[in-house]
Amino acid sequence: MSNGLRDVAIVGVGATPYYKRGGSAPQTNLELAGKAILAACEDAGISVKEIDGFAYYSGAGAGYGDKMDTADFMETLGIPEVTFTASLTSGGGGAAGSIGLARAAIVAGDATTVVTVMTLQQHKQRLGSVFAASAPDPINSFLQPSGLSGPGHLMSVLARRHMHLYGTRRDAFAEIAISTRENALNRPKAIQKKPLTKEEYFNGRIIADPLCLYDFCLETEGAVAVITTSAERAKDLRQKPVPVVAVAHGGRREWGRAFAWYGMPDEYFASSGNAPIAKRLWDQSGLTAQDIDVALLYDHFTPMVLMQLEDYGFCGKGEGGEFVESGAIRYKGGSIPVNTHGGQLSEAYIIGMTHIKEAVEQMRGTAINQVADAEFALATGGPASLPVSGLILGSAA
Amino acid sequence: MSDVRATTLPADAVHITTNSDTEPFWQYAKEGKLVALQCGSCGHFRMPPTPFCPECQSTEKNWKELSGRGSVYSYAVIHGFPGIPDITLVGAVVSLEGADDARLVTNIVDVDPSEVQIGMELEVTFSPISDGWQLPVFRPAQG
Ligand SMILES: [Zn+2]
Repeated sequence: MSNGLRDVAIVGVGATPYYKRGGSAPQTNLELAGKAILAACEDAGISVKEIDGFAYYSGAGAGYGDKMDTADFMETLGIPEVTFTASLTSGGGGAAGSIGLARAAIVAGDATTVVTVMTLQQHKQRLGSVFAASAPDPINSFLQPSGLSGPGHLMSVLARRHMHLYGTRRDAFAEIAISTRENALNRPKAIQKKPLTKEEYFNGRIIADPLCLYDFCLETEGAVAVITTSAERAKDLRQKPVPVVAVAHGGRREWGRAFAWYGMPDEYFASSGNAPIAKRLWDQSGLTAQDIDVALLYDHFTPMVLMQLEDYGFCGKGEGGEFVESGAIRYKGGSIPVNTHGGQLSEAYIIGMTHIKEAVEQMRGTAINQVADAEFALATGGPASLPVSGLILGSAA
Repeated sequence: MSDVRATTLPADAVHITTNSDTEPFWQYAKEGKLVALQCGSCGHFRMPPTPFCPECQSTEKNWKELSGRGSVYSYAVIHGFPGIPDITLVGAVVSLEGADDARLVTNIVDVDPSEVQIGMELEVTFSPISDGWQLPVFRPAQG
Protein backbone atom coordinates (compact mmCIF):
# COMPACT_ATOMS: atom_id res chain seq x y z
CA MET A 1 0.00 0.00 0.00
CA SER A 2 1.23 3.46 -0.88
CA ASN A 3 1.61 5.91 1.93
CA GLY A 4 0.00 8.76 0.03
CA LEU A 5 1.49 12.17 -0.65
CA ARG A 6 2.44 13.28 2.89
CA ASP A 7 4.71 16.08 1.66
CA VAL A 8 2.60 18.81 3.25
CA ALA A 9 0.54 18.99 6.43
CA ILE A 10 -2.18 21.12 7.95
CA VAL A 11 -0.79 22.81 11.04
CA GLY A 12 -3.41 25.35 12.04
CA VAL A 13 -7.17 25.88 11.95
CA GLY A 14 -9.15 28.85 13.17
CA ALA A 15 -12.72 30.05 13.04
CA THR A 16 -14.97 32.86 14.17
CA PRO A 17 -18.22 32.11 15.96
CA TYR A 18 -20.98 31.09 13.56
CA TYR A 19 -23.96 33.42 13.15
CA LYS A 20 -27.42 33.18 11.68
CA ARG A 21 -27.96 35.22 8.52
CA GLY A 22 -27.53 38.88 9.38
CA GLY A 23 -25.97 38.12 12.76
CA SER A 24 -22.30 38.90 12.14
CA ALA A 25 -22.73 42.65 11.57
CA PRO A 26 -21.21 45.14 12.21
CA GLN A 27 -18.12 43.03 11.51
CA THR A 28 -17.19 42.98 7.83
CA ASN A 29 -16.06 40.01 5.79
CA LEU A 30 -12.50 41.38 6.04
CA GLU A 31 -12.75 41.41 9.82
CA LEU A 32 -14.29 37.94 10.02
CA ALA A 33 -11.67 36.45 7.70
CA GLY A 34 -8.86 38.23 9.56
CA LYS A 35 -10.07 36.85 12.89
CA ALA A 36 -10.13 33.32 11.45
CA ILE A 37 -6.61 33.72 9.99
CA LEU A 38 -5.21 35.04 13.29
CA ALA A 39 -6.88 32.18 15.17
CA ALA A 40 -5.36 29.67 12.76
CA CYS A 41 -1.89 31.23 13.27
CA GLU A 42 -2.35 31.09 17.04
CA ASP A 43 -3.35 27.43 16.74
CA ALA A 44 -0.26 26.68 14.67
CA GLY A 45 2.01 28.70 16.92
CA ILE A 46 3.24 31.01 14.18
CA SER A 47 3.17 34.74 13.63
CA VAL A 48 0.82 36.00 10.93
CA LYS A 49 3.93 37.68 9.48
CA GLU A 50 5.19 34.21 8.47
CA ILE A 51 2.31 33.74 6.01
CA ASP A 52 3.61 33.99 2.46
CA GLY A 53 0.84 32.35 0.46
CA PHE A 54 -2.91 32.34 -0.09
CA ALA A 55 -4.78 29.44 -1.72
CA TYR A 56 -8.44 30.31 -2.16
CA TYR A 57 -11.37 28.73 -3.95
CA SER A 58 -14.65 30.16 -5.22
CA GLY A 59 -12.55 32.60 -7.25
CA ALA A 60 -11.61 34.29 -3.93
CA GLY A 61 -15.26 35.24 -3.52
CA ALA A 62 -16.41 35.78 0.05
CA GLY A 63 -19.76 34.08 -0.09
CA TYR A 64 -22.16 35.69 -2.53
CA GLY A 65 -21.58 39.25 -3.60
CA ASP A 66 -18.29 40.04 -1.82
CA LYS A 67 -14.63 39.37 -2.55
CA MET A 68 -11.50 38.52 -0.61
CA ASP A 69 -8.33 40.30 -1.54
CA THR A 70 -4.78 39.29 -0.66
CA ALA A 71 -3.54 42.88 -0.57
CA ASP A 72 -6.26 43.74 1.96
CA PHE A 73 -5.15 40.88 4.18
CA MET A 74 -1.50 41.92 3.87
CA GLU A 75 -2.26 45.54 4.67
CA THR A 76 -4.61 44.96 7.57
CA LEU A 77 -2.82 41.98 9.17
CA GLY A 78 0.75 43.14 8.52
CA ILE A 79 1.90 40.33 6.22
CA PRO A 80 5.16 41.64 4.71
CA GLU A 81 5.41 39.68 1.44
CA VAL A 82 3.52 36.96 -0.40
CA THR A 83 5.13 34.68 -2.95
CA PHE A 84 1.95 32.86 -4.03
CA THR A 85 -1.71 33.87 -4.25
CA ALA A 86 -4.18 31.91 -6.37
CA SER A 87 -7.69 30.61 -6.44
CA LEU A 88 -9.51 27.57 -7.74
CA THR A 89 -12.22 28.52 -10.21
CA SER A 90 -15.97 28.27 -9.66
CA GLY A 91 -17.64 27.81 -6.26
CA GLY A 92 -17.78 25.76 -3.07
CA GLY A 93 -16.88 22.60 -4.94
CA GLY A 94 -13.24 23.62 -4.63
CA ALA A 95 -13.20 23.79 -0.83
CA ALA A 96 -11.26 20.57 -0.24
CA GLY A 97 -9.17 21.04 -3.37
CA SER A 98 -7.90 24.42 -2.19
CA ILE A 99 -5.58 22.51 0.15
CA GLY A 100 -4.17 20.88 -2.99
CA LEU A 101 -3.58 24.34 -4.42
CA ALA A 102 -1.67 25.21 -1.25
CA ARG A 103 0.29 21.98 -1.61
CA ALA A 104 1.16 22.77 -5.22
CA ALA A 105 2.64 26.09 -4.12
CA ILE A 106 4.66 24.52 -1.30
CA VAL A 107 5.95 21.55 -3.30
CA ALA A 108 6.96 23.88 -6.15
CA GLY A 109 8.85 26.07 -3.70
CA ASP A 110 6.65 29.07 -4.38
CA ALA A 111 5.54 29.51 -0.76
CA THR A 112 6.15 28.01 2.66
CA THR A 113 3.12 28.89 4.77
CA VAL A 114 -0.17 29.04 2.94
CA VAL A 115 -3.57 30.13 4.21
CA THR A 116 -6.90 28.94 2.86
CA VAL A 117 -9.81 31.02 4.11
CA MET A 118 -13.53 31.42 3.50
CA THR A 119 -15.78 34.06 4.94
CA LEU A 120 -19.48 34.41 4.36
CA GLN A 121 -22.12 37.03 5.02
CA GLN A 122 -25.54 36.70 3.43
CA HIS A 123 -27.06 40.16 3.73
CA LYS A 124 -26.15 41.24 0.19
CA GLN A 125 -27.18 38.00 -1.44
CA ARG A 126 -28.72 34.91 0.11
CA LEU A 127 -27.60 31.58 -1.18
CA GLY A 128 -31.22 30.46 -1.55
CA SER A 129 -32.12 32.73 -4.44
CA VAL A 130 -28.74 33.25 -6.04
CA PHE A 131 -29.80 32.18 -9.53
CA ALA A 132 -32.99 34.24 -9.53
CA ALA A 133 -30.96 37.29 -8.51
CA SER A 134 -28.28 37.11 -11.18
CA ALA A 135 -28.69 39.32 -14.25
CA PRO A 136 -30.02 37.56 -17.35
CA ASP A 137 -27.33 36.39 -19.74
CA PRO A 138 -27.57 34.34 -22.93
CA ILE A 139 -26.91 31.03 -21.18
CA ASN A 140 -28.85 31.45 -17.96
CA SER A 141 -31.77 32.56 -20.14
CA PHE A 142 -32.17 28.79 -20.67
CA LEU A 143 -32.54 28.24 -16.91
CA GLN A 144 -33.83 31.33 -15.12
CA PRO A 145 -37.32 31.41 -16.69
CA SER A 146 -38.07 27.96 -15.23
CA GLY A 147 -38.08 29.29 -11.66
CA LEU A 148 -35.30 26.93 -10.55
CA SER A 149 -34.03 29.83 -8.48
CA GLY A 150 -31.29 28.37 -6.28
CA PRO A 151 -28.82 25.48 -6.03
CA GLY A 152 -31.26 23.38 -3.98
CA HIS A 153 -33.88 23.70 -6.68
CA LEU A 154 -31.42 22.42 -9.25
CA MET A 155 -30.36 19.51 -7.10
CA SER A 156 -33.92 18.59 -6.35
CA VAL A 157 -34.21 17.73 -10.06
CA LEU A 158 -31.14 15.46 -9.74
CA ALA A 159 -32.59 13.89 -6.60
CA ARG A 160 -35.89 13.15 -8.37
CA ARG A 161 -34.03 11.24 -11.08
CA HIS A 162 -32.12 9.22 -8.46
CA MET A 163 -35.43 8.34 -6.78
CA HIS A 164 -36.86 7.29 -10.16
CA LEU A 165 -33.87 5.16 -11.17
CA TYR A 166 -33.08 3.49 -7.87
CA GLY A 167 -36.20 3.70 -5.70
CA THR A 168 -34.50 6.12 -3.32
CA ARG A 169 -36.96 7.42 -0.71
CA ARG A 170 -37.34 10.70 1.11
CA ASP A 171 -36.78 8.61 4.24
CA ALA A 172 -33.10 8.48 3.25
CA PHE A 173 -32.91 12.26 2.94
CA ALA A 174 -34.64 12.46 6.34
CA GLU A 175 -32.04 10.16 7.88
CA ILE A 176 -29.23 12.38 6.59
CA ALA A 177 -30.86 15.48 8.08
CA ILE A 178 -31.68 13.74 11.37
CA SER A 179 -28.29 12.05 11.88
CA THR A 180 -26.48 15.29 11.04
CA ARG A 181 -28.61 17.19 13.56
CA GLU A 182 -27.84 14.53 16.16
CA ASN A 183 -24.13 15.29 15.71
CA ALA A 184 -24.69 19.02 16.25
CA LEU A 185 -26.48 18.68 19.59
CA ASN A 186 -23.37 18.82 21.77
CA ARG A 187 -21.46 21.40 19.75
CA PRO A 188 -21.31 24.80 21.43
CA LYS A 189 -21.02 26.76 18.17
CA ALA A 190 -23.72 24.89 16.25
CA ILE A 191 -26.62 26.96 14.97
CA GLN A 192 -29.18 24.13 15.24
CA LYS A 193 -29.03 22.20 18.49
CA LYS A 194 -32.58 20.89 18.85
CA PRO A 195 -33.11 17.24 17.90
CA LEU A 196 -34.94 16.76 14.61
CA THR A 197 -37.62 14.06 14.56
CA LYS A 198 -38.81 12.18 11.52
CA GLU A 199 -42.27 13.66 12.04
CA GLU A 200 -40.85 17.20 12.01
CA TYR A 201 -38.87 16.39 8.90
CA PHE A 202 -41.93 15.19 7.01
CA ASN A 203 -43.93 18.20 8.23
CA GLY A 204 -41.19 20.52 6.97
CA ARG A 205 -42.16 23.10 4.36
CA ILE A 206 -41.65 21.76 0.85
CA ILE A 207 -39.40 24.16 -1.05
CA ALA A 208 -38.68 22.25 -4.26
CA ASP A 209 -40.43 18.89 -4.11
CA PRO A 210 -38.91 16.33 -3.39
CA LEU A 211 -36.84 18.57 -1.07
CA CYS A 212 -38.10 20.31 2.06
CA LEU A 213 -36.68 22.90 4.42
CA TYR A 214 -34.62 20.31 6.33
CA ASP A 215 -32.91 19.12 3.16
CA PHE A 216 -31.40 22.58 2.67
CA CYS A 217 -28.25 23.76 4.48
CA LEU A 218 -28.32 26.68 6.89
CA GLU A 219 -27.98 30.30 5.83
CA THR A 220 -25.22 31.35 8.19
CA GLU A 221 -22.24 33.69 8.49
CA GLY A 222 -18.70 33.38 9.76
CA ALA A 223 -15.17 32.52 8.64
CA VAL A 224 -12.79 29.56 8.82
CA ALA A 225 -9.07 29.51 7.97
CA VAL A 226 -6.59 26.66 7.55
CA ILE A 227 -2.78 26.83 7.38
CA THR A 228 -0.79 24.37 5.29
CA THR A 229 3.01 24.02 5.30
CA SER A 230 5.67 21.50 4.31
CA ALA A 231 5.88 18.24 6.25
CA GLU A 232 9.43 19.20 7.19
CA ARG A 233 8.54 22.59 8.64
CA ALA A 234 5.37 21.23 10.25
CA LYS A 235 7.46 19.15 12.68
CA ASP A 236 8.65 22.28 14.48
CA LEU A 237 5.25 23.86 15.10
CA ARG A 238 2.85 23.78 18.04
CA GLN A 239 0.46 21.07 16.85
CA LYS A 240 1.14 17.55 15.72
CA PRO A 241 1.04 17.88 11.92
CA VAL A 242 -1.95 16.45 10.08
CA PRO A 243 -0.56 15.05 6.80
CA VAL A 244 -2.26 15.54 3.46
CA VAL A 245 -2.51 11.96 2.18
CA ALA A 246 -4.38 12.70 -1.04
CA VAL A 247 -6.06 15.71 -2.64
CA ALA A 248 -7.66 16.33 -6.03
CA HIS A 249 -9.92 18.73 -7.82
CA GLY A 250 -11.55 18.76 -11.24
CA GLY A 251 -14.29 16.68 -12.76
CA ARG A 252 -15.71 15.33 -15.99
CA ARG A 253 -17.46 17.26 -18.71
CA GLU A 254 -20.47 14.97 -18.29
CA TRP A 255 -21.05 16.57 -14.89
CA GLY A 256 -19.67 20.02 -15.44
CA ARG A 257 -21.57 21.09 -18.51
CA ALA A 258 -24.72 19.56 -17.22
CA PHE A 259 -25.18 21.03 -13.79
CA ALA A 260 -27.81 23.64 -14.66
CA TRP A 261 -27.53 22.51 -18.30
CA TYR A 262 -28.97 19.12 -17.45
CA GLY A 263 -27.63 17.30 -20.50
CA MET A 264 -25.65 14.62 -18.68
CA PRO A 265 -26.18 10.87 -19.05
CA ASP A 266 -27.91 9.07 -16.19
CA GLU A 267 -24.67 7.86 -14.63
CA TYR A 268 -23.78 11.50 -13.98
CA PHE A 269 -27.25 13.01 -13.74
CA ALA A 270 -28.13 11.07 -10.61
CA SER A 271 -24.71 11.61 -9.05
CA SER A 272 -22.58 14.11 -7.18
CA GLY A 273 -20.03 14.37 -10.00
CA ASN A 274 -17.37 13.27 -7.51
CA ALA A 275 -16.60 9.79 -8.96
CA PRO A 276 -13.53 11.00 -10.92
CA ILE A 277 -12.20 12.73 -7.79
CA ALA A 278 -12.73 9.59 -5.74
CA LYS A 279 -10.76 7.53 -8.24
CA ARG A 280 -7.83 9.94 -8.11
CA LEU A 281 -7.81 10.03 -4.30
CA TRP A 282 -7.77 6.23 -4.11
CA ASP A 283 -5.01 6.09 -6.75
CA GLN A 284 -2.89 8.64 -4.88
CA SER A 285 -3.28 7.06 -1.48
CA GLY A 286 -3.64 3.34 -2.13
CA LEU A 287 -6.69 3.50 0.11
CA THR A 288 -10.30 2.55 -0.49
CA ALA A 289 -13.54 3.76 1.08
CA GLN A 290 -13.20 0.92 3.60
CA ASP A 291 -10.05 2.55 5.00
CA ILE A 292 -11.78 5.86 5.75
CA ASP A 293 -12.80 6.27 9.39
CA VAL A 294 -14.79 9.49 9.18
CA ALA A 295 -16.30 11.21 6.13
CA LEU A 296 -16.94 14.94 6.06
CA LEU A 297 -19.14 15.22 3.00
CA TYR A 298 -20.19 18.56 1.56
CA ASP A 299 -23.82 18.75 2.62
CA HIS A 300 -25.50 21.78 1.13
CA PHE A 301 -28.44 19.46 0.34
CA THR A 302 -29.17 16.03 1.78
CA PRO A 303 -29.46 14.00 -1.45
CA MET A 304 -26.00 15.08 -2.50
CA VAL A 305 -24.53 13.42 0.61
CA LEU A 306 -26.19 10.21 -0.46
CA MET A 307 -24.81 10.51 -3.98
CA GLN A 308 -21.30 11.21 -2.67
CA LEU A 309 -21.46 8.04 -0.57
CA GLU A 310 -22.00 6.22 -3.88
CA ASP A 311 -19.37 8.16 -5.82
CA TYR A 312 -16.69 7.52 -3.17
CA GLY A 313 -17.62 3.84 -2.97
CA PHE A 314 -18.97 3.63 0.57
CA CYS A 315 -21.84 1.76 -1.07
CA GLY A 316 -22.76 0.69 -4.61
CA LYS A 317 -24.22 2.93 -7.27
CA GLY A 318 -27.93 3.35 -6.60
CA GLU A 319 -27.65 1.82 -3.11
CA GLY A 320 -27.18 5.07 -1.23
CA GLY A 321 -30.77 5.22 0.00
CA GLU A 322 -30.76 1.79 1.53
CA PHE A 323 -27.24 2.31 2.94
CA VAL A 324 -28.19 5.54 4.68
CA GLU A 325 -31.51 4.21 5.97
CA SER A 326 -29.65 1.31 7.62
CA GLY A 327 -28.02 3.76 10.03
CA ALA A 328 -24.59 3.35 8.43
CA ILE A 329 -23.68 7.05 8.60
CA ARG A 330 -24.50 7.55 12.30
CA TYR A 331 -21.72 8.72 14.62
CA LYS A 332 -23.03 6.30 17.22
CA GLY A 333 -23.29 2.81 15.77
CA GLY A 334 -22.66 3.57 12.11
CA SER A 335 -20.01 1.93 9.96
CA ILE A 336 -18.87 5.26 8.45
CA PRO A 337 -19.64 8.29 10.62
CA VAL A 338 -20.57 11.21 8.36
CA ASN A 339 -20.42 14.90 9.26
CA THR A 340 -19.62 14.40 12.91
CA HIS A 341 -19.51 18.20 13.30
CA GLY A 342 -23.14 18.68 12.36
CA GLY A 343 -22.31 19.71 8.83
CA GLN A 344 -23.65 22.58 6.85
CA LEU A 345 -27.13 21.27 7.58
CA SER A 346 -26.95 21.84 11.34
CA GLU A 347 -23.66 23.35 12.54
CA ALA A 348 -22.93 26.16 10.09
CA TYR A 349 -22.56 26.71 6.36
CA ILE A 350 -19.18 28.29 5.59
CA ILE A 351 -19.04 26.93 2.02
CA GLY A 352 -17.13 23.74 2.80
CA MET A 353 -14.54 24.92 5.30
CA THR A 354 -16.13 23.44 8.43
CA HIS A 355 -15.60 19.99 6.90
CA ILE A 356 -11.85 20.58 6.59
CA LYS A 357 -11.71 21.95 10.14
CA GLU A 358 -13.48 18.87 11.45
CA ALA A 359 -11.24 16.55 9.43
CA VAL A 360 -8.19 18.18 11.06
CA GLU A 361 -9.65 17.88 14.54
CA GLN A 362 -10.58 14.23 13.98
CA MET A 363 -7.02 13.50 12.85
CA ARG A 364 -5.62 15.30 15.90
CA GLY A 365 -7.93 13.26 18.10
CA THR A 366 -9.49 16.40 19.55
CA ALA A 367 -12.90 16.45 17.85
CA ILE A 368 -15.98 16.91 20.02
CA ASN A 369 -17.52 13.80 18.46
CA GLN A 370 -14.21 12.01 18.13
CA VAL A 371 -14.17 8.76 16.16
CA ALA A 372 -12.01 6.39 18.22
CA ASP A 373 -8.60 5.56 16.70
CA ALA A 374 -9.46 7.35 13.45
CA GLU A 375 -6.57 7.10 10.99
CA PHE A 376 -8.04 8.61 7.82
CA ALA A 377 -10.56 11.38 7.25
CA LEU A 378 -12.17 12.29 3.93
CA ALA A 379 -13.38 15.83 3.30
CA THR A 380 -15.11 16.85 0.09
CA GLY A 381 -16.11 19.93 -1.87
CA GLY A 382 -19.18 20.05 -4.07
CA PRO A 383 -21.28 18.73 -5.77
CA ALA A 384 -21.40 22.09 -7.48
CA SER A 385 -20.18 23.56 -10.73
CA LEU A 386 -16.70 22.25 -11.55
CA PRO A 387 -14.28 21.89 -10.03
CA VAL A 388 -15.43 19.52 -7.34
CA SER A 389 -12.80 18.17 -5.00
CA GLY A 390 -11.73 15.80 -2.26
CA LEU A 391 -9.07 15.62 0.45
CA ILE A 392 -7.80 12.75 2.60
CA LEU A 393 -6.01 13.61 5.81
CA GLY A 394 -4.08 11.13 7.94
CA SER A 395 -3.84 10.91 11.71
CA ALA A 396 -1.53 13.44 13.34
CA ALA A 397 1.94 12.21 14.22
CA MET B 1 -54.75 15.48 -6.29
CA SER B 2 -55.28 19.16 -5.67
CA ASP B 3 -56.79 22.29 -7.20
CA VAL B 4 -53.34 23.77 -7.76
CA ARG B 5 -52.34 24.14 -11.39
CA ALA B 6 -48.71 24.54 -12.37
CA THR B 7 -48.04 27.79 -14.17
CA THR B 8 -45.20 29.96 -15.42
CA LEU B 9 -43.60 32.99 -13.84
CA PRO B 10 -45.49 36.19 -14.72
CA ALA B 11 -44.46 37.48 -18.16
CA ASP B 12 -42.97 40.69 -16.79
CA ALA B 13 -40.81 38.73 -14.29
CA VAL B 14 -38.99 36.83 -17.05
CA HIS B 15 -36.19 38.54 -18.92
CA ILE B 16 -33.84 36.92 -21.38
CA THR B 17 -30.81 38.10 -23.29
CA THR B 18 -29.31 36.56 -26.40
CA ASN B 19 -26.03 36.33 -28.24
CA SER B 20 -25.21 35.28 -31.78
CA ASP B 21 -25.33 31.60 -30.80
CA THR B 22 -28.67 31.68 -29.00
CA GLU B 23 -30.63 34.37 -30.85
CA PRO B 24 -32.11 32.08 -33.55
CA PHE B 25 -33.68 29.80 -30.89
CA TRP B 26 -35.65 32.74 -29.53
CA GLN B 27 -36.50 34.18 -32.95
CA TYR B 28 -38.02 30.84 -33.98
CA ALA B 29 -39.92 30.72 -30.68
CA LYS B 30 -41.46 34.10 -31.56
CA GLU B 31 -42.90 32.37 -34.65
CA GLY B 32 -44.26 29.53 -32.54
CA LYS B 33 -41.54 27.10 -33.62
CA LEU B 34 -39.50 24.88 -31.32
CA VAL B 35 -36.01 24.29 -32.68
CA ALA B 36 -32.81 22.69 -31.42
CA LEU B 37 -29.27 23.43 -32.46
CA GLN B 38 -27.75 20.65 -34.54
CA CYS B 39 -24.14 20.56 -35.69
CA GLY B 40 -23.98 21.40 -39.38
CA SER B 41 -21.07 19.01 -39.85
CA CYS B 42 -21.75 15.87 -37.80
CA GLY B 43 -25.42 16.19 -36.84
CA HIS B 44 -24.87 16.16 -33.06
CA PHE B 45 -27.51 18.12 -31.12
CA ARG B 46 -26.52 20.53 -28.38
CA MET B 47 -28.62 22.72 -26.09
CA PRO B 48 -28.23 25.42 -24.86
CA PRO B 49 -26.72 26.73 -28.10
CA THR B 50 -22.95 27.33 -28.03
CA PRO B 51 -20.26 28.28 -30.58
CA PHE B 52 -18.64 24.87 -31.10
CA CYS B 53 -19.90 21.34 -31.57
CA PRO B 54 -18.43 19.44 -28.61
CA GLU B 55 -18.13 16.30 -30.77
CA CYS B 56 -16.33 17.69 -33.84
CA GLN B 57 -15.59 21.34 -32.88
CA SER B 58 -17.36 22.63 -35.98
CA THR B 59 -19.05 26.04 -35.85
CA GLU B 60 -21.52 25.09 -38.61
CA LYS B 61 -25.10 25.36 -37.31
CA ASN B 62 -28.34 23.80 -38.41
CA TRP B 63 -31.50 24.93 -36.61
CA LYS B 64 -33.75 21.90 -36.79
CA GLU B 65 -37.47 22.45 -36.32
CA LEU B 66 -38.80 19.80 -33.96
CA SER B 67 -42.19 18.14 -33.62
CA GLY B 68 -42.80 20.03 -30.41
CA ARG B 69 -43.29 16.80 -28.48
CA GLY B 70 -41.16 15.76 -25.57
CA SER B 71 -41.11 13.81 -22.33
CA VAL B 72 -40.26 14.51 -18.72
CA TYR B 73 -36.67 13.50 -17.88
CA SER B 74 -36.83 14.91 -14.34
CA TYR B 75 -38.53 17.76 -12.50
CA ALA B 76 -39.10 19.61 -9.25
CA VAL B 77 -42.29 21.14 -7.94
CA ILE B 78 -41.33 24.62 -6.84
CA HIS B 79 -43.33 26.33 -4.14
CA GLY B 80 -42.69 30.07 -4.17
CA PHE B 81 -40.29 32.35 -6.01
CA PRO B 82 -38.52 35.44 -4.60
CA GLY B 83 -41.22 38.11 -4.47
CA ILE B 84 -43.99 35.66 -5.48
CA PRO B 85 -44.43 33.40 -2.44
CA ASP B 86 -47.68 31.70 -3.49
CA ILE B 87 -46.71 30.55 -6.99
CA THR B 88 -46.42 26.85 -7.91
CA LEU B 89 -44.10 25.95 -10.77
CA VAL B 90 -43.02 22.64 -12.20
CA GLY B 91 -39.42 23.19 -13.25
CA ALA B 92 -38.59 20.36 -15.61
CA VAL B 93 -35.85 18.89 -17.75
CA VAL B 94 -37.53 17.76 -20.95
CA SER B 95 -36.18 15.34 -23.56
CA LEU B 96 -37.01 16.72 -27.02
CA GLU B 97 -38.43 14.38 -29.68
CA GLY B 98 -36.20 14.42 -32.75
CA ALA B 99 -33.19 15.92 -30.98
CA ASP B 100 -31.43 12.81 -29.64
CA ASP B 101 -30.06 13.50 -26.14
CA ALA B 102 -30.59 17.28 -26.14
CA ARG B 103 -32.79 18.52 -23.33
CA LEU B 104 -34.48 21.77 -22.44
CA VAL B 105 -34.96 23.23 -18.95
CA THR B 106 -38.50 24.56 -18.96
CA ASN B 107 -41.85 24.55 -17.18
CA ILE B 108 -44.72 22.10 -17.36
CA VAL B 109 -48.03 24.00 -17.21
CA ASP B 110 -51.78 23.29 -17.16
CA VAL B 111 -51.33 20.27 -14.93
CA ASP B 112 -51.93 19.25 -11.35
CA PRO B 113 -48.28 19.04 -10.13
CA SER B 114 -49.04 15.79 -8.31
CA GLU B 115 -49.81 14.15 -11.66
CA VAL B 116 -46.44 14.92 -13.25
CA GLN B 117 -44.22 11.85 -13.67
CA ILE B 118 -40.88 11.08 -15.25
CA GLY B 119 -41.60 9.82 -18.77
CA MET B 120 -44.86 11.77 -19.10
CA GLU B 121 -45.53 12.76 -22.74
CA LEU B 122 -45.63 16.49 -23.41
CA GLU B 123 -46.26 19.00 -26.15
CA VAL B 124 -44.86 22.49 -26.51
CA THR B 125 -46.80 25.71 -26.07
CA PHE B 126 -45.49 29.26 -26.01
CA SER B 127 -45.83 31.71 -23.17
CA PRO B 128 -45.20 35.47 -23.54
CA ILE B 129 -42.35 37.02 -21.56
CA SER B 130 -40.76 40.49 -21.40
CA ASP B 131 -39.74 42.47 -24.50
CA GLY B 132 -41.97 40.55 -26.90
CA TRP B 133 -40.16 37.22 -26.61
CA GLN B 134 -42.00 33.88 -26.32
CA LEU B 135 -40.92 31.14 -23.92
CA PRO B 136 -41.34 27.50 -25.00
CA VAL B 137 -43.02 25.58 -22.15
CA PHE B 138 -44.79 22.22 -22.15
CA ARG B 139 -48.16 20.77 -21.19
CA PRO B 140 -49.32 17.16 -21.07
CA ALA B 141 -49.76 15.82 -24.61
CA GLN B 142 -53.36 15.66 -25.79
CA GLY B 143 -53.82 12.14 -27.14
ZN1 LIG C 1 -20.26 18.20 -34.85
